[in-house]
Amino acid sequence: MSRKILIADDEPSIVAAVEFLLQRNGYEVCVARDGEEALRLIEASHPDLVLLDVMMPQKSGYEVCARMRERADWRDIKIIMLSARGRDAEVSRGLAAGADVYVIKPFSTRELMAKIRELLDQAGPASQ
Amino acid sequence: MLQEPVIVLVAFAYLGVLFAIAYYADGRADAGRSVIASPYVYSLSLAVYATAWTFYGSVGRAASDGVGFLPIYIGPTLMIALWWVVQRKILRISKQNRITSLADFIASRYGKSALLGGLVTVIAVIGILPYISLQLKAVSNSFTILVQYPQIVMPVNVGAQSIRQDTALWVALILAAFTIAFGTRHLDAAEHHQGMVAAIAFESLVKLLAFLAVGAFVTFGIYDGFGDVFARAAAQPNLRAMLTPLDGVAGSYSSWAWLTILSMMAIMFLPRQFQVAVIENVDEKHLNKAIWLFPLYMLAINVFVLPIAFGGLLRFPDGSVDGDTFVLTLPMAEKHEFLALLVFIGGLSAATGMVIVETIALSTMVCNDLLMPVLLRLRRLRLNERRDLTGLLLGIRRGAIVLILLLGYLYFKLAGEAYALVSIGLISFAAVAQFAPAILGGIFWKGGARAGALCGLSAGFAVWLYTLLLPALARSGWLPTGLLEQGPFGIELLKPLQLFGLGGLDQISHAMIWSMIANVGAYVIVSLCVSPSADEHRQASLFVDVFRQTGEGGGARFWRGTASVPDLYSLLARFLGTATADSAFRDYARSMGLNWPDERLLADAELVHYVEVQLAGAIGAASARVMVASVAKEEALTVDEVRDILDEASQVVVYSHKLEQKSRELESATTELRAANERLTELDRLKDDFVSTVTHELRTPLTSIRALTEILLDTPDVGAEERKKFLGIIAKEAERLTRLINQVLDLAKIESGRGDWAEAQVDMKEVIADTLAAMDQLFREKNIKVEARLPEKVSAVTVDLDRMIQVMLNLLSNAVKFCDGANGSIEIALAERDGSLRIDVQDNGRGISPEHHEAIFSKFHQVGDTLTDKPHGSGLGLHISRQIVEHFGGRMWVESRLGSGARFSFTLPTGAAT
Repeated sequence: MSRKILIADDEPSIVAAVEFLLQRNGYEVCVARDGEEALRLIEASHPDLVLLDVMMPQKSGYEVCARMRERADWRDIKIIMLSARGRDAEVSRGLAAGADVYVIKPFSTRELMAKIRELLDQAGPASQ
Repeated sequence: MLQEPVIVLVAFAYLGVLFAIAYYADGRADAGRSVIASPYVYSLSLAVYATAWTFYGSVGRAASDGVGFLPIYIGPTLMIALWWVVQRKILRISKQNRITSLADFIASRYGKSALLGGLVTVIAVIGILPYISLQLKAVSNSFTILVQYPQIVMPVNVGAQSIRQDTALWVALILAAFTIAFGTRHLDAAEHHQGMVAAIAFESLVKLLAFLAVGAFVTFGIYDGFGDVFARAAAQPNLRAMLTPLDGVAGSYSSWAWLTILSMMAIMFLPRQFQVAVIENVDEKHLNKAIWLFPLYMLAINVFVLPIAFGGLLRFPDGSVDGDTFVLTLPMAEKHEFLALLVFIGGLSAATGMVIVETIALSTMVCNDLLMPVLLRLRRLRLNERRDLTGLLLGIRRGAIVLILLLGYLYFKLAGEAYALVSIGLISFAAVAQFAPAILGGIFWKGGARAGALCGLSAGFAVWLYTLLLPALARSGWLPTGLLEQGPFGIELLKPLQLFGLGGLDQISHAMIWSMIANVGAYVIVSLCVSPSADEHRQASLFVDVFRQTGEGGGARFWRGTASVPDLYSLLARFLGTATADSAFRDYARSMGLNWPDERLLADAELVHYVEVQLAGAIGAASARVMVASVAKEEALTVDEVRDILDEASQVVVYSHKLEQKSRELESATTELRAANERLTELDRLKDDFVSTVTHELRTPLTSIRALTEILLDTPDVGAEERKKFLGIIAKEAERLTRLINQVLDLAKIESGRGDWAEAQVDMKEVIADTLAAMDQLFREKNIKVEARLPEKVSAVTVDLDRMIQVMLNLLSNAVKFCDGANGSIEIALAERDGSLRIDVQDNGRGISPEHHEAIFSKFHQVGDTLTDKPHGSGLGLHISRQIVEHFGGRMWVESRLGSGARFSFTLPTGAAT
């Protein structure tokens, strides 16, 4: 059973790259272009992992992350925060909001995929 | 109506009112709400200077000398102008050293010398006696005249009266009783008599009102104003001469000068003036108002002197009525009973005010500076055994008050009849003027020494006795008149009125010349010859440098020795009572941050000095020193040691002045540094934000490029379609990066002022047309309708053509970006008006809410939450465009509402541009 991943980013070229990468690795992918849409899609399809951009229209990645962690039934969803803002304060803010990993753009695709695999393995196949 | 019992009753009623005022003011003072803490009350209390002499005597003097009465009031008016320098210093010194009287001041200055204090007291008492007798004479005469109403009869020789009829004696006794009730009800460590001051201020009002009432009555009631009085006087040859006093009479100029100088000294050094101006002063700032209020009072009380004098001379042309009584006899002659009674009360208030303050001041001196030092020495052991000496102190003062008034009465009996009021008073003025060299020298000249002051005072006083008091007694028949006419033992040179052959002067000028030569000469010469003791060194420095001292502790530096707290406490309790001693110790402990008696005090120099100062407030500096020495074993400091301490202190003062200046400089430098630092911090923050934003802007395209490149490398089997798409994205993102880098560099150039600006005559119509042509492809791709409204012809502007194209491209691409997706439309307008071109670019996009209208022109501005809205493009375009337009003297702004498109506009001046 393939794992489901939500990409929430408003930069189309980045979405294009990541979407291709994830599909190639056998994940089921859905895409949100702003924070509100991301929350709607999580509600609708309960992904295993969310790739969350910080700077999005409507709702920032921090806010979406915090909302997700408020929901008990979303606790198991892994969150990787992606951001071009890489200062220490921003990284720790993201982790404080509940992200599992904070990845600074630009990132290595191999490392990103490795992190995604790692996180999903932690969650274990049992949960699915 | 004016029978004797009525007058007596009214007089007592008046004294009762005074007592009530004093009682009320004392009560308020105890409750901590002082009624005398006002510059007006202070100024009025200074007017105790105006006594019966002023009230009755001025008119008498004017009736014989014309304007010759004036110097007595010109002097104080001149002197008070110098108070800011002189009196302020005396005040500060007195507060810091808890000075209780004039004698205490002088004694304290010259090494706390009991001998000097005693001498000053003796001079003051003897010198003031004629003055007190003057008041007794005035009150008793006015009473005697008033009871004869409606007849006007001058008092006859007082010698044959019975005791019951001896008004002056009764007045003296009543005033003594009254003063005792007033001034010695309790013992105050600071010698403050708030009730007395309030009553004195009230008396100053009463006597002024009474005098003005008579003056107005004579000038406007009997005559027809000032002009009328003077015209009638001028019609009489003997009166006309009085209006030009300086003509003819030998020595008149010197007489005026000396009288002025005398009264200048009197306003400072009469014991009662020192009392009200210095001892009773509660706030140094009151001086500021007194400096103009007091001369005003002097003016007011002198305005009617000449009209009354002339009125009297015209009304009683035969000389049967004494000029000193005109103030009273004029209303009597006009049958104005009430006014006559008011005058009597006014005179009474003038006399009682003087007597009360003077005798309180003198009794304090007699007690603190004459008797206590002697008693403490003579019967030291016995006195030390007594637990409470407050009763003894009060008893001495009460006795002194009675004694002084009786001595005044005696002088009145001995010499009072031979002189007019003013002449009696001037003898006293000349006596207190002897204090001037010792006091003025003492506060401005550190070299003034104890021996010098003693010699100067003694010499001046001896001359005063010989040239003023002795003749007064001789003229009254108590000494052979041959003494005056042939000189003692027939020696012509020693004639008291022409000493060493100095003739042709009036008696006062003559006495002043010789006494001042003796006094100042002895003071200066002896001071220069002797070497002062350690005590004198210390005190001279404390007095002369008073404004450089800090706080009351200044004297403590000079004490070295051993003492015990219980000894010091019981010493203070003996003289001040346990309640006052308790509160004094508590105050001291609190100033040290201790809670006495629970916490123990240290019997150090500080405490010993404090106790001495407290004690000085009750018994004077000299006695306090003796008493403190009796319980504290002091190690004497040598002159050299005192000098060392003083040198050190003055170096510290100089050093601390320098330090203060340095610290002020440092402070301002710190302020500047802080401001500069804030600017730098702000710049740093801006730079930080800028770098952070730029890196963010660089990272976003880099992310796509890197990710896609890695995909293409790692995934050999990417389809041709996808490969092409990815490469297209990579190219576009790389282009975006290039644009961003170019703009950042461009901005840096513009902002640093190093931009290259090519200037040429440019037709904006062409610029717009060119830009539209260049973007035509884009418009068509996005299906945007573009409409340009351009006039036939516009003036050229002097600008950089490429830059203008950059601006237009930026505005148009912004408009494209924001346009309504489906039905985009852009309108461009160009217009010329008032010497400038205006270009508008209107889109039909979502618009910009007004709060962002300015912000969008700043660097990397992102509308809305910085986290949720990304900048479109680099975020630098509008900022750069505005900089360009402003460089050529134009403006750029936006008009828009959310939801209804935006219109970006800019202007360019058509005249000679920069």
